[in-house]
Amino acid sequence: MANSDSAFRRWLRGEVDLSAELRTAEMPVPPEEARYHPRHHTAMIHMIFRQSHRFYVALVAVLCVVLFTVLLLAAANLPAYGDSEAPTNNEVTERYVNRGVEETGAVNAVAGLILDYRAFDTLGESFVLFTALCAVTILMSRGRRKHPLPMETDYADYYADPIVHTMCKVIIPVILVFGVYVLVNGHLSPGGGFSGGAILSSALIIYAMVWGDERAHGTIRERAIRRTAALALGFYVVSKTYSFYTGANGLHSVISPGVPGRIFSAGLILPLNVAVGLVVCCTMYSFYMFFRRGEL
Amino acid sequence: MAAMFDHLLHNYEEAAAIALLSIGFCMLLFDRNLLKKVIGLDIMDSGVFLLLADRGFIAGGKAPIMAEAAAEAGRYVNPIPAGLVLTGIVVSVSVSALMLALTVRVYQTYRTLDVDHLYMLMSHRRKGGRA
Amino acid sequence: MSIVQSFPLFSIVLGLLCAIGCFVVPKQWGRRMTLLLLLASCVMQGWVLRFCYVNQTSYAYMMGHYPAPWGNEIMAGLLEPGMGLLFSVVMLLSVIGGGRHIGHDVADGKQHLYWVTVDLTLVSLLAMCYTNDIFTGYVFIEICTIASCGLLAVREGGRSLIASVRYMVFALIGSSLFLIGVVFTYAITGQLLFPQLRQAVAALWAAGTYRFAMTVAIGLMTAGLAVKSGCFPFHGWLPDAHSQATTASSCILSGVIVKGYAVLLIKIIYRAIGAEVFMASGAQHVLLLLGIGGMVACSIDAIFAKRLKVMIAFSSAAQIGYIFMGIGMGTAAGLTAAVLQIVNHAVTKPMLFLSGSQLSDASHGRMDFPSLRGAGHRNVPAGILFTIGAVSMVGVPLLAGFIPKLYFAREAFALGWQRWPVLLALAVSTVLNVLYFLYTAVLIWLPQEADCRFTAVKPHWDEFLPGFVLAGLNVAMGIHPGPLVALIDKAVALLGR
Repeated sequence: MANSDSAFRRWLRGEVDLSAELRTAEMPVPPEEARYHPRHHTAMIHMIFRQSHRFYVALVAVLCVVLFTVLLLAAANLPAYGDSEAPTNNEVTERYVNRGVEETGAVNAVAGLILDYRAFDTLGESFVLFTALCAVTILMSRGRRKHPLPMETDYADYYADPIVHTMCKVIIPVILVFGVYVLVNGHLSPGGGFSGGAILSSALIIYAMVWGDERAHGTIRERAIRRTAALALGFYVVSKTYSFYTGANGLHSVISPGVPGRIFSAGLILPLNVAVGLVVCCTMYSFYMFFRRGEL
Repeated sequence: MAAMFDHLLHNYEEAAAIALLSIGFCMLLFDRNLLKKVIGLDIMDSGVFLLLADRGFIAGGKAPIMAEAAAEAGRYVNPIPAGLVLTGIVVSVSVSALMLALTVRVYQTYRTLDVDHLYMLMSHRRKGGRA
Repeated sequence: MSIVQSFPLFSIVLGLLCAIGCFVVPKQWGRRMTLLLLLASCVMQGWVLRFCYVNQTSYAYMMGHYPAPWGNEIMAGLLEPGMGLLFSVVMLLSVIGGGRHIGHDVADGKQHLYWVTVDLTLVSLLAMCYTNDIFTGYVFIEICTIASCGLLAVREGGRSLIASVRYMVFALIGSSLFLIGVVFTYAITGQLLFPQLRQAVAALWAAGTYRFAMTVAIGLMTAGLAVKSGCFPFHGWLPDAHSQATTASSCILSGVIVKGYAVLLIKIIYRAIGAEVFMASGAQHVLLLLGIGGMVACSIDAIFAKRLKVMIAFSSAAQIGYIFMGIGMGTAAGLTAAVLQIVNHAVTKPMLFLSGSQLSDASHGRMDFPSLRGAGHRNVPAGILFTIGAVSMVGVPLLAGFIPKLYFAREAFALGWQRWPVLLALAVSTVLNVLYFLYTAVLIWLPQEADCRFTAVKPHWDEFLPGFVLAGLNVAMGIHPGPLVALIDKAVALLGR
């Protein structure tokens, strides 16, 4: 305690240079055979490249100017901003607004729109995240490479800082609770799976930043993250397939909108929000960990 | 022409969106630094989302949360663009993450972020034998 | 509603589940699951195609409990399952044929992710074929982009990273242009689903309101998809991307993915915008000219390519020019020829990539032309396959490559001012094809030099069998194109309805 106390006092006196801790140390030098040796002088390359492509660049620049002028003119040609008579306010919008609550059970019209009316889009959307997770894993994963690529493993040691450390102990549970709140109230208030999941993942990322990657790696197991993401996505796909199939074939669906305004209402929207939130949370956290240390 | 300009002034939000979009587009195309290209991409996407979000606005409209108390007064704004923007943002996040991962790997492998330099490498290698 | 009509949904869902499964199970299961998925997808698309052919119908399939302008929809006519079948078959043969290279090029710890990416690519292509909603189209375009970047970047070593960067920059410009086009379209019509969109666009065009914004929107969507499928002059990324990937990825990228965007473009033109409005906007002339430019310019680039895979990739860019020329003709017969070209290229190009990489394996992995001299003697099946592919690309009768050229030329005579440019481009492109493909086909059969340091390799059945299946399809299409042409004619007729 005395140690941390003195650190705090030193910080109050302005003796602690936090910026020094944020500065990363020199990159480790990669082994000779892995290192890339430029064969050309950089300035020369630019000169050659610019000269050989000058015509092309000029052409593209002219095209860009034309494109933006055309876009501006087209924007001027659009219906007036805020116009209630604009073509977008047609029967489609009216049904979403007027009958949305009754049909989907969601008070939040946007949640009803993306998770019930246009659920196929949103299914694709969560798979965009999943695809990106796979692509980032492919790129950043260290795998069993013989010469592991140099990763900047040193970071500011926030754990040693009593202010950051103590504050995070307080704030992480708050963030988690808030994330869960946003997640499960997605059909009642602004929020939903995507924002709630991002909030949840921010708590995990703060944990990993302050307590260190190694410890986070020990607490939040790789297998757990992968299985959670896979299970949540699997649930999403299966439940939505049921609803697509029954809808297209005119079958009766057991999913009912319930009583709008209650927390357990709006049929599939609440479970789907939770599933999407878990996927987003796992994906964001995995992004962080892959950029940080090359594995989960 | 003057009428056109008036329209543009009235659609000032759209004009701003197009301006953002142009800035991002030019950065994505012309900036040599890979990291700045990613930043340009994000700016461009923001422009598109602003444009899309504007299209949903109705003067005097409220957020489309149908709480019972709000039922009596006024219109709600169009919820469709909000839903589309949400999808778009998720796509944009995914793409940015992928681009940043590529940037990191490129820097680790070639120690440069300069795309001209990289493309030059590519065209030089093409003359050689094995990829 | 017949259960067959649900097969498009089932194939998409099966692909998604398979992708999730490959993500968590060990890698050997990933390969098996993916092969099974591709096989199942072939069967299901074939079944849907048969259903639509027998009933001569296209049907909309509601994705959920809400009808058209409110809920999502998918649409199956003849074109959609036909293209889905083509893509599934080609992907199946590509991953079998490139299997050994995947084991070699992809690190052990990443192989299951490779299979996830393949599954997601299939799903996105199927969804792009079947979608009846412009925004769903955008979402799956993005999945396709990210997944194909994964396919490309998964290879260890080589310059696949730089190629990926280049590919992504172009792909992102393409998808942004497309998205802006979608936003403009939505802003002036208020619709996202194809049938309603088409009515709204037709009404707007007839009334003359927002005509400028509509034209810009059409141009942006077309340009976005053209950039993404590597249409001239936006093809800069294509040769690097297609030549730097591992063999199976090259086949998929070149044989399938660029076509997926072209199919979506065709669907948007005919189902969402309406052919009349599209032709009135004048965008088709630009497509025609770009297609012609690509046919000539990329062929010239291919002649100067120093490595085999780069040459094949440039030839892809040239062949995509044919597709856009066909779309740009603006007539039903031109579109038929373009779809024929899609089929022709999808069966020929993977064959060339597969056999080309085997020839290079028989030359210690070297890709430059001097090393490939006499490679056909060192790996006879690959040599035969490459020769068939090369001769087909040149457009010799009795092979698939001849058929689209014939139909393009026949349709050209029915056109106005476009007649002579199209015929001239066809002639020039054929001559250039002779120069590079026939040259290579002869080169690999030249007698080996006495001091040749490469030894013959023993061909594996799993490497050349897919190639021979593709060659069989190619020859079948070349000898007896009648049924295929009739099918595509019907598909095009259904598309416009």
